[in-house]
Parts: sequence; C-alpha cells; structure tokens
Amino acid sequence: MYDFFHNTDIGIVLLTFIEALALLVPLLIGVAYLTYAERKVLAAMQLRKGPNVVGPFGLAQPFADALKMLMKETIIPSGSNRLLFLMGPMLTFMLAMLAWAVIPVNDGWAIADINVGILYLFAISSLGVYGIIIAGWASNSKYAFLGALRSAAQMVSYEVSMGFVLVTVLLCVGSLNLTDIVRAQQTVWFCIPLFPMFVVFFISTLAETNRSPFDLPEGESEIVAGFFVEYSSMSFALFFLGEYANMILMSALTTILFLGGWLAPFNMEPFTWIPGVVWFVLKICVVLFFFLWTRATFPRYRYDQLMRLGWKVFLPLSLVWLVLTAGALMAFGWLPNA
Amino acid sequence: MITAILFYLFAAILLGSATMVVSSRNPVHSVLFLILAFFNAAALFLIAGAEFLAMILVIVYVGAVAVLFLFVVMMLDVDFEDLRKGVQRYWIAGATVGAVLFIELAAVLGGWKLAPSAEQLRTSPVPSGVSNTQALGRILYTDYVFLFQTAGLILMVAMIGAIVLTLRDRKTSRHQNIRTQTERAVSETLQMMSLSLGAGTTASGGYLRPKETEPEPADAHAGHGHDDHGGHGHGHH
Repeated sequence: MYDFFHNTDIGIVLLTFIEALALLVPLLIGVAYLTYAERKVLAAMQLRKGPNVVGPFGLAQPFADALKMLMKETIIPSGSNRLLFLMGPMLTFMLAMLAWAVIPVNDGWAIADINVGILYLFAISSLGVYGIIIAGWASNSKYAFLGALRSAAQMVSYEVSMGFVLVTVLLCVGSLNLTDIVRAQQTVWFCIPLFPMFVVFFISTLAETNRSPFDLPEGESEIVAGFFVEYSSMSFALFFLGEYANMILMSALTTILFLGGWLAPFNMEPFTWIPGVVWFVLKICVVLFFFLWTRATFPRYRYDQLMRLGWKVFLPLSLVWLVLTAGALMAFGWLPNA
Repeated sequence: MITAILFYLFAAILLGSATMVVSSRNPVHSVLFLILAFFNAAALFLIAGAEFLAMILVIVYVGAVAVLFLFVVMMLDVDFEDLRKGVQRYWIAGATVGAVLFIELAAVLGGWKLAPSAEQLRTSPVPSGVSNTQALGRILYTDYVFLFQTAGLILMVAMIGAIVLTLRDRKTSRHQNIRTQTERAVSETLQMMSLSLGAGTTASGGYLRPKETEPEPADAHAGHGHDDHGGHGHGHH
C-alpha cells in the first residue's frame, strides 16, 4: 500500500488528490462556518442575537444560505463578455483554494512542502487582482469597472509593504520554506521581536482581503457592491466564498509567519500533548476573530486615506524596519546559516 | 513519463497562447493569453527544476507587469475598423521590417557558438546541497554585488526621473493636512452654550455657528487669482 502511494506514478497522483480533498473539505466547512461566526460575533458586539432560527443555535444557517444562493437565477448581462464574466468569480475562488497547497498544518503535514513556499503564496496572492479586474471589465458596467479599478489599486498598493514584511521574516529564518519558518520560531514567536511588522502585516492583510475597514471595493453603502454589482446566484457566491477562504488563508499565513504555526505556546508538557493541528486551527481562529472584531469596531476608510496609509506610512515603516533588522542580525552575528 | 507528458502539454499551450496573443482580435484577450503564456513558461521552469525563477516570473510578470498592461488595455477605446485600415495601408512596410528582423535573428542564431566553459557547465551535475534560491543569491549578492547595486541605482534614477517629469504641485487644490485633522481637540471645535428656555439661539448673541479654528493651509491659496478657483466666495473668510 505504502509502496503504491509513494513509488508509482498513479499512486502519487491519487495520494495528492486524497490529500487535497482532506484539506479542502474542512476548509470549505470552515468557510461556511466563518460566515456564521461573523454574524454571531457581530451580533454579540452589537447586542443582538444573530442567526438563531435554522437548526440548533442557527448552526444550519450557512447551508440554508448556500441553498438559497443555488436556487437563484444566474443573470448574465446582455452586453457582457460571457466567458470572462464567468471566469472572474471562478478565478477568485480557485486562487483562494490553490494557495493552500503549501500551507503546513503540522510538522510535515503539507501537500507540497516546496523550497520556495513563501514565494508561491506571494505569487498566488498577487494573482487575486485578476479575478477582480476581469469581473469588473467583463460586466460592461461603469460601476463594476470603477469598483474593480479601486480594488485593484488597493490590492497592488498593500502588496508592496506586505512583501517587505515577508522579507524581514525571511531574514530571521534564512529559508523560503514555510516549515522552516515555523521551526525557526521554536524559541520565540516572531510576533514578539518583530511586533511592529506583525501589526503592519495584519493591517495589510485586512486591505489585501478587502475587509473592513478597507472594504472600499465592496462599499455597499456608496457604490452598491463595487466590482460584483452585476453578479447573482452562484457566481456571486463564488466571490463570497473566495473572500472568506482568503481571510482564512491570510490568517493561516499570519499564524505561520508570526504566531509559531503549529507550535505550542510554551514548549512544556501539558501544552505539547495537544497535537499541532489543534494549535494551528486555534491560532487561525484567534486571528479571524480579530478580523471580525475590526469590522465591528472601525468605520470605513476614505479612499485617499487608504492610499496614504499604504504608501506613506506602511511602506517607509516596513522599509526602515527591514534595514534595522538586517543591521541588528549582522551586528550581533545572529544571521541564520551564516 | 509524467514529466514528459507535462512538458509537451505546457509547451503546446505556451506556443498556442503565444500565437493567440498576436492573432486575437480583442486586445484584452491578447493580454489574458499573454498571462497564460507566462504561466506555462513558469511551469516549464518548474519542470526544469528552477523553482525560484518560476515563482519570480509569476510574481513580477503576471502579478505586476501584466496587471498594468491589462489596466491600460481595458481603459483604451480600441477601434477595430481603424486598426484594420492600418493593416491594409502599412502591410508592405511591416512585412519588410519583419523580414529584416527575421533574417538578422536567423544569422545570429546560425552563427551561435557556446563558450567552452558554458559547454562544460551544461554537462556538469547540479550540486546537491544548494537550492537554486541560494545559488542565485550567492551570485547576485556576493559575487556580483556591486554590479547588482549599480543596476538598482540606475533603475532608481529612472524612477525618480519619471516622478519628477510627471509630478506637478497644483497650487489651487486644497490639500488636507492629516496631522492638523487628528490633533484637533473637542474644545477647539465644539462650543457649549447655556440657553434660556424658549429664547432660541439669537438671545445669547447671534446665530450658532461652528467655531473657526482650522487655520488656512499655508500652501493652499498661495497663488491667489487662479482661474479655476473662480470667486473666493467662502462664507467664513
């Protein structure tokens, strides 16, 4: 059996397929319950009850919503570019799933433990813009197009400072492999020595996933729904799922880079009994809670303020911190693999 | 086996999409095919074992350069009739230039000879302990660090040049000073008045109006009398 799965071509393909399913099915259930958690958390913060009718504690609400979405009519605007119109949401959803191939959920538990894992993630996240631009353009509507332009400019801007944060972390690790990045945090999680970068990274992920307070692309109270005004039914649901899957992905990335991945908070007996996957999922949940908390707390940014924050505050800050980190590592001889 | 199949698959898609880039009628489709071509080139790099180059190709070309292409092409209003007229008018000149380029390329490629040391490198085995990220880093940042820095400086000069050429400080637009905005205290903006019941606000000395605290930004109205700011009719001046 082992021989079949690891040494024959068909076996390897089958094994990868099974591994992908084992990761994606929990992920999709997680996405479904993230929407539920968001409504519950927001409700609690606003002294409401939230969904509580469908199933016990409203737990079946996500599935009811999904069914409702499926039943609706898919409307394709007559002036739109049919093929690209349908490709936009599919691309967004696919990219959100694709990135999970390199995420290590436990020591050695990654579908592809590649050398350039962090670059792969960066590449995939930089492609997220395409789903949005294509959707905005193919809709053939000026509101959708304006929304797409705003969204693309926003995502491209925050990617730059995110890149510098990644480089800072990589300097302390000396490897582009995600498993190595987690292992390097055995003694201290990077969120402590690199705390400012942790904050910059978290805020950039908010902007990157188009979440509140940077949800201008969607901006439901100003530009109806930005780039996906024209979408309905399943094509709309795919955008929605993609956005939430991206949130989970970014939380996983934050966990890996700054919160020690699957590592227990203290390398001591009672903590190490709990398997790494549980720690990993717990940490993701904490970061996700911060996402929801931010949404309940802050009003939406104005567009020029958003751009100012990205280019005039985060970019110089992360650049200076990068130079400082490199200097400190060099001066004290802490460079890895030196 | 699988590697060979994948190679031919990616190579075929690469060539096909590259053809579509130049032959498709809709320029947006052209850019999208270009992106597909980049992806397949990255996949070929992966098969060759150059994973760093593959990822950088995707990040730089697909994630940044092609986004700009797509932006520009989507904003342009391309008239296909006009384009076709152009083809009929200029095809002789175009074909001549193309033929000259083709002959030149063929001549160069025909006389191509690898340096003996490069030929040696091709057959030497890949060192096992060094990943290609490390190998590239060593070459760029250790062996040729000064050349690399020079290249970076040249790019920076180009960037600063572009900014200097396009940046114009518009004197007439009102800039916001985020610092003065956030440093405003409640006492500077809000005025508490005790009003007698039923008397209205006029009884306590005039109409209520917001306190004027915000100093006029120094640069905002430096050039008075600019045409696009017709009539300085700001009520509270």
